[in-house]
Amino acid sequence: MVQTTPLWEVFIRPRNGLSHKHVGSIHAADEVLALQAARDVYTRRGEGNSIWVVRSADIHASDPDQAAENFEPTADKIYRHPTFYEIPEEVGHM
Amino acid sequence: MYSQGLIGADGRTTESEEFLARFQARIDAEEKIEPTDAMPEGYRRTLVRQIGQHAHSEIVGMLPEGNWITRAPSLRRKAALLAKVQDEGGHGLYLYCAAETLGVSREEMTEELLSGKAKYSSIFNYPTLSWADIGIIGWLVDGAAIMNQIPLCRCSFGPYARAMIRVCKEESFHQRQGYELCMSLAFGTPEQKAMVQDALNRWWWPSIMMFGPHDADSQHSDQSMAWKIKRFSNDELRQKFIDATVPQAEYLGLTLPDPDLKWNEEKGGYDHGPIDWSEFWRVVKGQGPMARDRIKARKKAWDDGAWVREAALAHAEKRRARKMAAE
Amino acid sequence: MAVWEALIELADDHLVLGHRVSEWCGHAPMLEEDLAMPNMALDMIGTSRTLYCRAGELEGKGRDEDAIAYLRNEREYRNCLLVERPNEDFAHTMLRQLYFAAFMKPFWDAALVSSDEVVRGVAGKAGKEMAYHIRHAGEWVIRLGDGTEESARRMREAVDALSIYVDELFDSSDAAQDAEAAGVLPKRSEMRAAFDKVIEDVFAEALLELPEVPFGQRGGRSGQHGEGLGHMLAEMQSLHRAHPGATW
Repeated sequence: MVQTTPLWEVFIRPRNGLSHKHVGSIHAADEVLALQAARDVYTRRGEGNSIWVVRSADIHASDPDQAAENFEPTADKIYRHPTFYEIPEEVGHM
Repeated sequence: MYSQGLIGADGRTTESEEFLARFQARIDAEEKIEPTDAMPEGYRRTLVRQIGQHAHSEIVGMLPEGNWITRAPSLRRKAALLAKVQDEGGHGLYLYCAAETLGVSREEMTEELLSGKAKYSSIFNYPTLSWADIGIIGWLVDGAAIMNQIPLCRCSFGPYARAMIRVCKEESFHQRQGYELCMSLAFGTPEQKAMVQDALNRWWWPSIMMFGPHDADSQHSDQSMAWKIKRFSNDELRQKFIDATVPQAEYLGLTLPDPDLKWNEEKGGYDHGPIDWSEFWRVVKGQGPMARDRIKARKKAWDDGAWVREAALAHAEKRRARKMAAE
Repeated sequence: MAVWEALIELADDHLVLGHRVSEWCGHAPMLEEDLAMPNMALDMIGTSRTLYCRAGELEGKGRDEDAIAYLRNEREYRNCLLVERPNEDFAHTMLRQLYFAAFMKPFWDAALVSSDEVVRGVAGKAGKEMAYHIRHAGEWVIRLGDGTEESARRMREAVDALSIYVDELFDSSDAAQDAEAAGVLPKRSEMRAAFDKVIEDVFAEALLELPEVPFGQRGGRSGQHGEGLGHMLAEMQSLHRAHPGATW
């Protein structure tokens, strides 16, 4: 039986003012090594100024089988969008 | 670098026709498939195999170029080569991670590589015999790989496509550094020029074999095309590569080692001489000149590193235990 | 002795260690380290290039970085003995890096006020790089020291093998003393406290005992090296020397 080194998801903030964005994964035994590996692998070309790592096993994802019940009911709620409301042009941009 | 026409994909699948049609409709609509989506078993298997082969190629590909890191003839070249070989390792890493989203671990894929079960690009089973090989590999092998890889950025499987976007971005310097290196030799001393011509002679045919067998002989290619795992045929890509490369060789004043290579006005591309497919299959099947050495080197790195990986895991366990005790 | 010779000593340290670390590329214990080690090697090779160029300028005989790096033999190399030690295993490599970086970090910090503009520039860049090397190598020394029985044994062997080369880091050659007097480089002996602090902290966490060194090996600064350096340079310089005058 081969021991497996845990997988981590890596998130990088390209610069202040932006959110951390998922960029890929790495393997590491613990969070300190994971942060170093993320730095060495994913920031070699000035890609960011802050790193998050999260153990892949700690991510809870929505069930793709529930995608329809999760995400389709919003489709007909068009009154949530500004274009649903008609405002005369002379009122100006709103 | 270095994806190769997929060797031996098996796209057979047993799902209902209705399921397959629904899946195909998503693909046809250019929807990306994500790891948790329902997908035909054949699609999953083909991807695991292709991404795995691609990742292995990157990792094994570190060895022939790594062979010259310690002998690079200037400090500038040494830094560039080291950064390039490092990139190849990074590409292998991104690709292993993309394959892992399909439920296969890096350790499993590594074992398959080391046991000889998994294939990798045939090109790395040739030796790098002179410094000029480093230039030629960058120019031709990375050039061929870019042709292959740019379409993969639009592959239907999301994680693979995303990994390839990152790979292609990083790779853009590889071919340029290779060509620039070839320029330094082609326009250098007579010895340097002879060195780069010799390297070109040795790498030309293996490079154009990298695109894989002719379309007519390429099993399973149609299914991969339909699923948009592959977006151009082997021959289309090979033609594109040759057409781009011939004028580049002319600029260097080098001769491509194919007497039958000539412009075909009618098709608007170059015709080339017959490819020795027996050599190709021999090398793919593990009888390349460096095949044993490559796997042996990877196996040594993996085996010698086992105690380090074990120590890191053991230490992580201790840290966890200490943290829990403190809470 | 001239200031430029002291810069060559420093450059040799960085090139030789950068070269050693680069030997790992493609052979590391895990893929993540196949990326981490070239990062360190590239930092050090980059530093050596700037220092060689500056040394060549100050010398004023038209030697460029490659002439200095590729056309001197092992008796002319001036690196300290620590950096030329072979990689052996990952424990040796990480400890060697920790020792080197733990010395260089305070050295570069102190060199930020150098009287030489190029040295100040290098110091700003290299100080940050060495801070990361301390962290990266240090975290590994901790994990190997306090990992498995085998890793702890290998770590102790590395300490035993490498500690005899530490004292030489703090010696200043005649050239270095002149550079110190001119305000170009900081005094090497003044780095001891900062170095000891880093090593004590890491060793404590790594469950390693601080070594007693009965006799520190020296000689690198006068070209008295181990046998390995000649092989390393023979390999590194072979192609360059085979084509005199060629450009690459």
